[in-house]
Amino acid sequence: MSTQDYGVTEPVFTPKPDLPPPASTVGVIGWVRNNLVPDWFNGAMTVVALLALYMVIPPIVNWALFDAHFVGDSRKACKPNVQIVRDKVATKGIMPDGTTLDVETTADRIVVPEGVIPNVRWERKMVEGVVRAKGREYAKVVVEKDVIIEGACWVFVGVRFDQFIYGFYPKEERWRPTVVIGIGLLLIIYMLTDGMPHRGRVAMFLLIPFPVIAFFMFSGGVLGMPHVDNAKWGGLVLTIIISSVAITGALPLGVALALGRRSQMPIIRWFCVLVIEFFRSVPMITILFMALVVLPLFLPPGTTFDQLLRVLIGVTIFIAAYTAEVVRGGLQALPKGQYEAADALGLGYWKMMRLIILPQALRIMIPAIVSLFIGIFKDTTLVQIVGLNDLLTMVQLAVTDAQWIGLSKEGYFFCGFVFFVFCFSMSRYSMYLERKLHTGH
Amino acid sequence: MAVAEGGVKPGKASFLYDARIRAIIYQVVMAGAVVIFFAWLTMNTLDNLEARGIASGFEFLNHPAGFGVPFSLIEYSEASPYKTVFILGVLNTLFVSAVGVVLATLLGFTLGVMRLSRNYLISRIAAIYLETFRNIPLLLQILFWYIGVLQLMPQQRSSIIILENVYVNNRGIFYPALQAEPGFMAVPIAFLVGLVATIILRGWVKRRRDATGQGFPTIWVGLGLIFGLPILAALVTGLPWTWSIPRLQGFGFKGGSVIVPEFLALLLALTIYTAAFIGEIVRAGIQAVSHGQTEAAHALGIKPGTTLRLVIIPQAMRIIIPPLISQYLNLVKNSSLAPAIGYPEMTQVWAGTVLNQSGQALECIAMVMGTYCIISLSISGVMNWYNARVALVGR
Repeated sequence: MSTQDYGVTEPVFTPKPDLPPPASTVGVIGWVRNNLVPDWFNGAMTVVALLALYMVIPPIVNWALFDAHFVGDSRKACKPNVQIVRDKVATKGIMPDGTTLDVETTADRIVVPEGVIPNVRWERKMVEGVVRAKGREYAKVVVEKDVIIEGACWVFVGVRFDQFIYGFYPKEERWRPTVVIGIGLLLIIYMLTDGMPHRGRVAMFLLIPFPVIAFFMFSGGVLGMPHVDNAKWGGLVLTIIISSVAITGALPLGVALALGRRSQMPIIRWFCVLVIEFFRSVPMITILFMALVVLPLFLPPGTTFDQLLRVLIGVTIFIAAYTAEVVRGGLQALPKGQYEAADALGLGYWKMMRLIILPQALRIMIPAIVSLFIGIFKDTTLVQIVGLNDLLTMVQLAVTDAQWIGLSKEGYFFCGFVFFVFCFSMSRYSMYLERKLHTGH
Repeated sequence: MAVAEGGVKPGKASFLYDARIRAIIYQVVMAGAVVIFFAWLTMNTLDNLEARGIASGFEFLNHPAGFGVPFSLIEYSEASPYKTVFILGVLNTLFVSAVGVVLATLLGFTLGVMRLSRNYLISRIAAIYLETFRNIPLLLQILFWYIGVLQLMPQQRSSIIILENVYVNNRGIFYPALQAEPGFMAVPIAFLVGLVATIILRGWVKRRRDATGQGFPTIWVGLGLIFGLPILAALVTGLPWTWSIPRLQGFGFKGGSVIVPEFLALLLALTIYTAAFIGEIVRAGIQAVSHGQTEAAHALGIKPGTTLRLVIIPQAMRIIIPPLISQYLNLVKNSSLAPAIGYPEMTQVWAGTVLNQSGQALECIAMVMGTYCIISLSISGVMNWYNARVALVGR
C-alpha cells in the first residue's frame, strides 16, 4: 500500500485561511458601532446621554470626593479657612418695568491668609441677585464675585457613625448587638448555602430559640449583663431588629393565613380573606397609628405596653397579610399531582402539608420572600413617625442638631447608601435564586 | 351486652373522625373565638372610653377645625368644620396620587423602553436609575427632596428664575396664573368637543378600514381637532383671560400661583420611586412577548415602528397592566407618608392633627382606614374587570 500505486498525486485542495472580519465590526470600533451608533437615532441618543452624564456625574463626584472633607472631629474641619471680603460695588439695577438705575451692592472676594493652604476651591463668576431700590421694589443686578464650590462634609458622618449604627445603646455594651447580629448573619448565610449539613436544623434554630437568645442579649438583666431599656435601642441595629422580627413572626402567621384562605371550610376561609384583604388595602402608617393610639383602647384598662412591642405587633400582622399572598402563590404553583399523591399515600392534612406541600412550596417562594423582606427593610423607616429611633431617625436627629445644621445632604446620602447596599445585595441574591430555580424549564 | 357496647363505641369514634363533622366543629370554634375576641375588645374599649371620659360618635365632625393648611383644593378657612378638613384631606390624597400616577407612568414607560434599548449607554443609565431608586426607602427620598433640596433653595428675595416670570425659592415654585374672564368657558368646551369628535372619528376610520382597507391620518386630524378647536375658540372669543404675574413685594411674592414645596417633594419622591418599579414591570412585560411575534410581523412586511405599536405593545400590555395597577395602588397608599413633611393629605390631617385635637382616636383611624379600603377595593375592582376583558379566550 504505497503511494506509488496511485501514480501521480494531485495537489490537495487547501482552503486559504479566513479573512479577518472587517475592522469596523470587531474590537473597540466594532463595539462602539454596534452599541452606541448603530443608526442616526441611536447616535443622537448617545450624544444626549453623554451630555447628561457630563452634567450630572462631575458635580456629584466633585462634591462627594474631590471637594469633600474627610478628616476632623468637628464642624470646624469643614469650614473654609480662607477669608471672605465683602466689597461694595456700584452697578446698574434693572427694575421690574425694565428701567435701569444706579444701585449699590456687595460682591464677595476671597483672600488667602499668609501661610494657609486653602481647603476649598472657588471660582469667579457672574451672579444674578436682587437689591432693594425705591422702598418696596426690587431691582435685578448682575455682579461678578467669588463663589466657594461646595463639598461634602463627611466628618459629620464619621463623628455620628456610632449613633447611626447603635442609636443610644450604651457605649460599653455595644458588643452585644454586634455579636448577636454577626452570629445571626453567619447562621443565615450557612442556612442559604447549598450542600451544608443540617440546614433544616439551623433554620429551626433561627426561627425559635435564636430570637429568645437575641432578646436577652439586647435587653440584658441576665448573666451579669446590665439591663438596657429598649427606648435606647436604635440606629441600623433597630432597623435590623424590626425587620427581622417582622419577617420571622410573619412567616408562620402568613402560612397559617394562606392555608386558611385555601381551606374548604367557608367560615375559616372568609375570615382569612377578610384579614388578608383588609391589611393589604391600608397603608402601613395607618397600622402604626392604630398600634399607637387605638391598641391601648382595646386592652383592659391599666395594661401598659411598651412602644416597640406595639409597633412590632402591628408591623408583623401587616407583613403577615403580604406573606400570606406570597405563600398562596407558592401553594398554587405546585402541581396538583403532589396533593393527589399525598392523598393517595393516605396522609392526613397536616402530614401532607408538613411533609409534601410546604417544603416544596417554601422553596419556590424564597425569591418572593426575599423581595418581601427588602420591602419590610425599607418600610421600617416609617417607625420614625411613631417615635422610634431607627437609622433614618438617627440621621434626622443628627441633621437637625444645631452644631451640624445644613448638612442634611451628607446624612441622607449616607443613609441612602446603607439602605442601597443592603437592599441591592438582597435583590441580587433573589435574582440569582430565581435563575437557579428556572434551570428545570 | 358486651357485643352491643362494642358496636356502639366504634360508631362514636367514627363520629369524631368524620371530616365533615370535624369541619363544622372547627368552624364553630373559630367563629366562637372570633366573636368572643371582638366582644372582649369592645368591652375593653367601652371601659377605657368611659374611664377617659371620651364621648364616642361623629358629632365632632361639625366642630370648627381651627387650624390652617398650606395646600387646599377647596374653600377652606380655620373656621371650617372638621368634615371639610376630611374632604380636603381625601381630595389632597387623590390629587397627589393622580398626578403621581400620570407622571410615574410616563417616566416608568420611558425607563422600561430605555432599559431595552440596544444603545449600551442608554440601557445602562436606565439600569442604574432602576436599581438605585428601587432600593432606597421612599420616606428617605421624600425627606431628601424636602429638607435636602427644596428647603435649601434660596430665599424669596433671591429666587432662581427658571423661565420668564417663573420663580423658584424655598417657598415653592411661583408661576403666572390664568384668570378667566367672561366667555372663557368656550375654550374647555371646544377642547371637549374636539376630544369627542376624535373618538367618533376613530371609530369611523376603523369601520372604513375594516370594510375597504383605506387608511386615514387619524393622529394628525385628531391632534388638530383636540388642540385646534380650543385655539380657534380662544381667537374667536378674543383671548378671554388675563395673566396674574407673581411679583416680589415686601418680603414675599404677590399674585400668580404657587406649587408648595410639601406637595412638590411628595410628588417628586412618589414619581421617582414608583417609576423605578414601573420601569422594571414594563421591561419584563416587553421581554415576555416571544421573539417569534416580531419575526412574524417582519415577515409580513410590517414596519418596525408599526410592529411595536400593533404587535408587541398590545401583547405586552396584557402582562404589564396587572402589576402596573398594583403599583398605582402602592402609590396611593404611599402618599400616606406625607405626615413626615406636612403635606395635608388624609393621614396627615385626619390621623395626625384632627386625631390629636379632638381625641376621637377610634373614629379618626376608622375613617382613614375605611377610605383607604374603599380606594384600594375600587382600584382592584377596575383591575379585575380589565383582566377579565383582556384575558386570552381559551379555544
